[in-house]
Amino acid sequence: MMGVLNRFTPVQRALHWLMAACILAMLFIGVGMVSTVMPKYLTLVSIHKPLGIAILVLALIRLVVRLRYGTPALPADLPEPMKLAAHLSHYALYALMIGLPLIGWAMLSAAAYPVVLYGGVHLPAILPQSDSMHTLLWNAHYYLAFAFFALILLHAAAALFHALVRRDGVFEQMAPIPVGTSKKVVPAE
Amino acid sequence: MVIAAVIGGGAAAFAYTAGWLSPQRLTPNKMVDAFTPPSAMPPLGHRRNHAKGICFTGTFESNGAGTALSSAPVFVRGTYPALGRFNLGTPDPNAPDATVRVRGMGLRITAPDGQQWRTAMINAPVFPVSTPQEFYQLLLASSSKEPDAMKAFAAAHPEIAGFGAWAGGGTWTGSYAEERYNSLNAFIFTDGSGADHAVRWSLLPAAQPVALPPAELAKRGPDFLEQEITERVRGGPQRWTLAVTVANPGDPTSDPTKAWPDDRRTVDVGELIVQRIEAERDGPCRDINFDPTVLPAGIKTSDDPYPAARASAYAKSYDRRTAEAADYPRIAPGAKP
Repeated sequence: MMGVLNRFTPVQRALHWLMAACILAMLFIGVGMVSTVMPKYLTLVSIHKPLGIAILVLALIRLVVRLRYGTPALPADLPEPMKLAAHLSHYALYALMIGLPLIGWAMLSAAAYPVVLYGGVHLPAILPQSDSMHTLLWNAHYYLAFAFFALILLHAAAALFHALVRRDGVFEQMAPIPVGTSKKVVPAE
Repeated sequence: MVIAAVIGGGAAAFAYTAGWLSPQRLTPNKMVDAFTPPSAMPPLGHRRNHAKGICFTGTFESNGAGTALSSAPVFVRGTYPALGRFNLGTPDPNAPDATVRVRGMGLRITAPDGQQWRTAMINAPVFPVSTPQEFYQLLLASSSKEPDAMKAFAAAHPEIAGFGAWAGGGTWTGSYAEERYNSLNAFIFTDGSGADHAVRWSLLPAAQPVALPPAELAKRGPDFLEQEITERVRGGPQRWTLAVTVANPGDPTSDPTKAWPDDRRTVDVGELIVQRIEAERDGPCRDINFDPTVLPAGIKTSDDPYPAARASAYAKSYDRRTAEAADYPRIAPGAKP
């Protein structure tokens, strides 16, 4: 299915930008909440948990949609190392979108905290209580979150590089609205 | 240029949010660090405060009266499993029992649908200072080497007098079972009609408190409280009445240094029955964080800033001690590994 599309489907673009907003909010809420003792700590935590589960659900939907509709091809003249980087970084992004919420859920389970989504709505524990698992998962959640943010910055830098420097149409494939056809894919140029 | 600005700006905003650019921000790490005096080692594997304790299990027998105030399932008439921890307000897990003024109880009540109510209470009638920031300053002052640090702190914080009067002049007892444990923080109960009630609660002991001079307690063994409660519960369950006090309009809910007048409406909502004592070592309470913001639907936090600060600091303490599990003395002193 690769290469069938010129752009991502509207549902893929909608999911991408919705999740971009959710994930950025999530990462900022995460680092913010663990650095404060103020009342906003509770507000941030109460957003962090349901938003994380929402991201997990959206990521799974997105994975299915991607397997169903595929992705537009990268430009043929993109150097091989950049193609490899593009593919590997997308595997990593999907792994983190799905993995971080699961790790967070498992981490709370291992600490015997109730996983409250809203009011009386809570999720079951997915691990028995365990000091060592809690510590392992806490470290994974913490460090992978920073890795995720770094990867998102890299992803954004690459997107802007495609849009502003290479002008090869890759950015337009995922742009929320059509932003004009880029030069390299227009045969007349 | 544009790319560098976008990426650099994103990274800077992230660093700001994380507090890396704000060294004066009071973080959970700083708060937890402050419990350990600069000259001492942290109590590895233990809670960073209330480090000494002993586990109990039992039940909460709800009489149904609480449903007038809160729709939380634990107030529906019935019997619910309870798990808790008697503890001493000290960062030293080996402190002799007679040397610690503040005694506490962590408690978790679980409703049939799995919703939990966790609370951590102490025997003091009021808290020493009004805000978590001032509490942090109090911790720094009390471990300061400056001889006048505490005097200066007390002069700047006259509200500490209420706590000081209790600490210096209040009664001491010889048993965890004779103590009254107070929430101190105000919470909001929401009843079935959606109406909110600002409340505080206390566990009132059925056992008659016997006042003993501290000098008398000092002659007892270093763990006399743990031995006494173990013996006592072996002889029969120990009971406390859970009394919920409802604020009048205008009563201060945001400041736990200010007690509410004695005439406020109080509703007895049930009884805590402690049936079994277990050593903390491998006991069921050891790895429970008695985070006072783990609340069922029908109870929420108020404008009191402490529960949030306690939740953030307790979580940090929990993260540290679970990571230090190897340092926790799981084997009784003298026993062969």
